[in-house]
Amino acid sequence: MSGLIDLTASQAAAAIRLGDVDPSELFELYRARAAADVLNAFTWVAEEAPKAPPEASLGGVPLAIKDLFCTEGVPSQAGSRMLEGYCPPYSATVVERLAAAGAPLLGKTNQDEFAMGSSTENSAFGPARNPWDRDRVPGGSSGGSAAAVAAGLAPWAIGTDTGGSIRQPAALCGIVGLKPTYGAVSRHGMIAFASSLDQAGPLTRDVSDAALLLRHMVGARDPRDATSLDFPEEIVLPSRSDLHGVRLGVPAELSGAGIEPGVLGALESTLELARQLGASVEPCTLPHAPHALAAYYVLAAAECSSNLARFDGVRYGYRAPDAPDLLSMYMRTRHDGFGAEVKRRVMLGTYALSSGYYDAYYGRAQRVRTKIAEDFATAFELFDFIVTPTAPGVAFELGAKLADPLVMYLNDFCTVPASLAGIPAISIPNGLAEPPGGGTRLPVGLQLVGPAFSESRLLDSAFALEQALGFDGGAVRQ
Amino acid sequence: MIDRETVLHVALLARLELSDDEVEQMTVELGSVLEHIETIAQLDLEGVAPTTHVVNVENALRADEPEPCLSHERALESAPSVAEGGFAVPSPQA
Repeated sequence: MSGLIDLTASQAAAAIRLGDVDPSELFELYRARAAADVLNAFTWVAEEAPKAPPEASLGGVPLAIKDLFCTEGVPSQAGSRMLEGYCPPYSATVVERLAAAGAPLLGKTNQDEFAMGSSTENSAFGPARNPWDRDRVPGGSSGGSAAAVAAGLAPWAIGTDTGGSIRQPAALCGIVGLKPTYGAVSRHGMIAFASSLDQAGPLTRDVSDAALLLRHMVGARDPRDATSLDFPEEIVLPSRSDLHGVRLGVPAELSGAGIEPGVLGALESTLELARQLGASVEPCTLPHAPHALAAYYVLAAAECSSNLARFDGVRYGYRAPDAPDLLSMYMRTRHDGFGAEVKRRVMLGTYALSSGYYDAYYGRAQRVRTKIAEDFATAFELFDFIVTPTAPGVAFELGAKLADPLVMYLNDFCTVPASLAGIPAISIPNGLAEPPGGGTRLPVGLQLVGPAFSESRLLDSAFALEQALGFDGGAVRQ
Repeated sequence: MIDRETVLHVALLARLELSDDEVEQMTVELGSVLEHIETIAQLDLEGVAPTTHVVNVENALRADEPEPCLSHERALESAPSVAEGGFAVPSPQA
């Protein structure tokens, strides 16, 4: 049985096609592992394998899905007490596409409430834990998906990324996470956080699995998501073994101050490895990157305050009992249903959008966003990809960053600029490093950022680096 | 830079009841987050257009034709309270 666990999702799909693996047996194996989860990575696990394993190209390799994707008839709670027990009457487009492609739903994964957080500690269903060290966070907000894949409780998973919520947990758990170009994947049926930034993507054991899963997430634009786009090509599975002719830019703004020494050391040695593979590595500049986090927290909070207005106790979800009138019903419902971080961001966003403040905050942040996109466009005239650490540190201990919201927000320092620019970015495992102060070595992530719709090229270069790095995350799957 | 009165005003706009402790905490935390955010006020953004969509797109239009949608019953099935085929809520003026 343990042999099956060692197969990547791509290998399992190939083995099913050859008749070497029975998809029902594979599903049951993972179902049992997910049901015995001690990481609190899952909020719901399928009770049985799908009756007829799909004939489609993915062969029936089970998929873990972040809680905030609507799945018809299955709890979709977005990590919030507000949606406790909520089973939507329809499924998200991307969930339907992946099921049709042969990736049936294994379970729903834990997350920060409405995707607001960087540690999965803001879940109404308790924090998820990092399989490398259970006293540490798996990152967030897609922490349940990352922990499940890293621990071998799921062959692969999908999550969502607004300011780093796929890439940062992938980095902290030692797996691969990709945030596609904004609009590449339909947002229909994703419970919205910040609509101009939210994007679904894969969390996988390796780059090949990320490419295979992404191939089935993108495609023709979804008429149900007016911001979705036709993806210009089929995602090409990666095969590259060198980086000859690839120009890598390393922005000073995102690779110095504020980054743990172990993470910087891993970056330096991997850049040397990239040179040996034939890449050119040069410093570059993203002058407005230091302002990205401030702009992001205005935009994300403003959009969340608008999106979360729908949770009013009327059509679905929690309603506070015994309110004497409509206004107090709204107010008490939202008081009881939302957690502390969601309340903080709803308040910040409402303030930023309130009369007299719009231009100073939202309008200004949208202009900063334009400058950041221009910085990247300028950099891409000289470079194929921008390389940075994914997160400024390794996984931190549970509770360590809960006291000060600004300290927690700094986790997104390296990932937010690509989110604001709407461009694709991948995090791959970049070895292990000691946490500050010493202790067991923990995973580090390397981020590669490319121009819009460059996913196939990005995956190809990430693959070459991954093969040369030879990271083995198998230890935490046992 | 943000006072208790402002917090209560914003909370009402957000339709969010806050306990006394939460009001106190929010006053401190929002103040510190806003202070950080103020750093973008120092940038010269004269003549910079705001981002509307990160990838340049034309209008996203479709034919205005009816399509199957959720049935009345399914749309109501998750509601906390239903009356006469609609969503029931407390009276606006009790």
